[in-house]
Amino acid sequence: MSEKTKELVIIGGGPAGLAAAVAAAEAGVPVEEIRILERDNKLGGILNQCIHNGFGLHTFKEELTGPEYADRFIQKAHELKIPSSLNTMVVDISYDAASGVKKVTAMNRSEGVFTIDARAVILAMGCRERPKGALNIPGYRPAGIYTAGTAQHYVNIDGRMPGKEVVILGSGDIGLIMARRMTLEGAKVKVVAELMPYSGGLKRNIVQCLDDYGIPLKLSHTVVDIEGKERVEAVTIAQVDENRAPIPGTEERYTCDTLLLACGLLPENELSRQLGVEMSPITGGPLVDESLETNLAGVFACGNVLHVHDLVDYVSGEATIAGQNAAKFLSEKRTEKNAPDLKIVTQGGVRYSVPSTIHLDTMADTLTVRFRVGAVYKDQNLAVYLGDTKLQSLKKRVMAPGEMEQVILVKKKLEEVREAGEKSSELKICIEA
Amino acid sequence: MTRELTCICCPIGCSITVEMNGNEVAYVSGNNCPRGDAYVRKEVTAPQRTVTTTVAVDGGESAAASVKTQGEIPKEKIMECIKALRDLHVEAPVHIGDVILKNVADTGVDIVATSNIAKG
Repeated sequence: MSEKTKELVIIGGGPAGLAAAVAAAEAGVPVEEIRILERDNKLGGILNQCIHNGFGLHTFKEELTGPEYADRFIQKAHELKIPSSLNTMVVDISYDAASGVKKVTAMNRSEGVFTIDARAVILAMGCRERPKGALNIPGYRPAGIYTAGTAQHYVNIDGRMPGKEVVILGSGDIGLIMARRMTLEGAKVKVVAELMPYSGGLKRNIVQCLDDYGIPLKLSHTVVDIEGKERVEAVTIAQVDENRAPIPGTEERYTCDTLLLACGLLPENELSRQLGVEMSPITGGPLVDESLETNLAGVFACGNVLHVHDLVDYVSGEATIAGQNAAKFLSEKRTEKNAPDLKIVTQGGVRYSVPSTIHLDTMADTLTVRFRVGAVYKDQNLAVYLGDTKLQSLKKRVMAPGEMEQVILVKKKLEEVREAGEKSSELKICIEA
Repeated sequence: MTRELTCICCPIGCSITVEMNGNEVAYVSGNNCPRGDAYVRKEVTAPQRTVTTTVAVDGGESAAASVKTQGEIPKEKIMECIKALRDLHVEAPVHIGDVILKNVADTGVDIVATSNIAKG
């Protein structure tokens, strides 16, 4: 087994890994000391199959499709000559607390199994779709049931249609995008059923992907029966009550050959767990501080592995910060982590926050804290407190679980409040009337 | 009459209210940028869409290449545009920006590739 050493290993060559690599190189990490490890045969990650447009308005001030957005970062990485290994699967990362070395074990066809001793690691593995087994739908397991992302790969990369008559469960963005995509390719999308009383997708996708094509969206509905033994033949959906239990008598049967599941995304963190990274039970991603560093010194996380984003622009921004901080970590030759000055607690509808702790000495002048809310809130205030002192409050017309929210903390303001005698280390983000 | 529209210019998706006076736009509110204002004015009179889809690739590392309309086309032309691309095959390699089909469905807009497909 061959062994190598690198300053920085980036796990994943999707939008997060690419932006992190570019930022680290631009911040002075020698490119020969960086290596991106990517499982697929191409850089770009899931963007390669997201052929719809709307990417990059924040980052490039123009509207790009997924592959075009990915290509901008791939070109940058190539210009900087950042090495990447494709078709390479990372199987383990371990952390030696005494030396601070992260041992990354990976394999590919040309090198076999190999290890890299890295001083810093950026976790950028992205997320996976919630599989059908997690959904507890009774019945046989006939062919014709796919996650929406799998169907997206079939259609957009392989050029094959998974079916002709389609029911979609879940109104997350991929489900909405695939409703339009299947329609354009000649399929009949009969209905999109959503368990919750609101859609988990962006409003623009409901307009552009469903309304434009007359596809009905049934909120508070779920699949109660799948017919067919070899292949899906029909799907029955029913309305659910406030406890999400199906209401008898509301069943509607749709003949179809395909059921797409778009029931949410889960950060992909097997490697993080093996490594001993502390995880958030809410996001399923690592707990990080203001530098996007985990509880392990020199292990950073960014993108959908951290928490599932709506906009790739935010992923790129976040990953840039992770890359810059990894570069800073390497130049400081730090091996330990100090206890954080502030802990962010979320209440009143705010489900979690990224980051969840703050070191004031390494906090930039402003810090963007992102999170999701647990229900739809109208005309409420998004407030931030340090102890009992209110730092800021912003009135929001609408907040919904499908759209990531953020507050921007100002370092000067935090310092002022602390100098004025506020001793609490608890920074609270909450929704209030 | 008022119409509630969701702006599609960017992923933020502002809820925009358009007050109509007959066929004329009287007042626009709820948008966060001038693009929203322009979008709803157009959407209530002549709706346009960028179309993204794929075309078949022969001899490539994958069987499909993603493409888009270089600009927006009238909404009612979407299916005609898709139809024009349905039986089209292109040879690998394909590069981002390659013109795949000129003046699709007589819209004056070209179809361009949005992905790189190497020979394979």
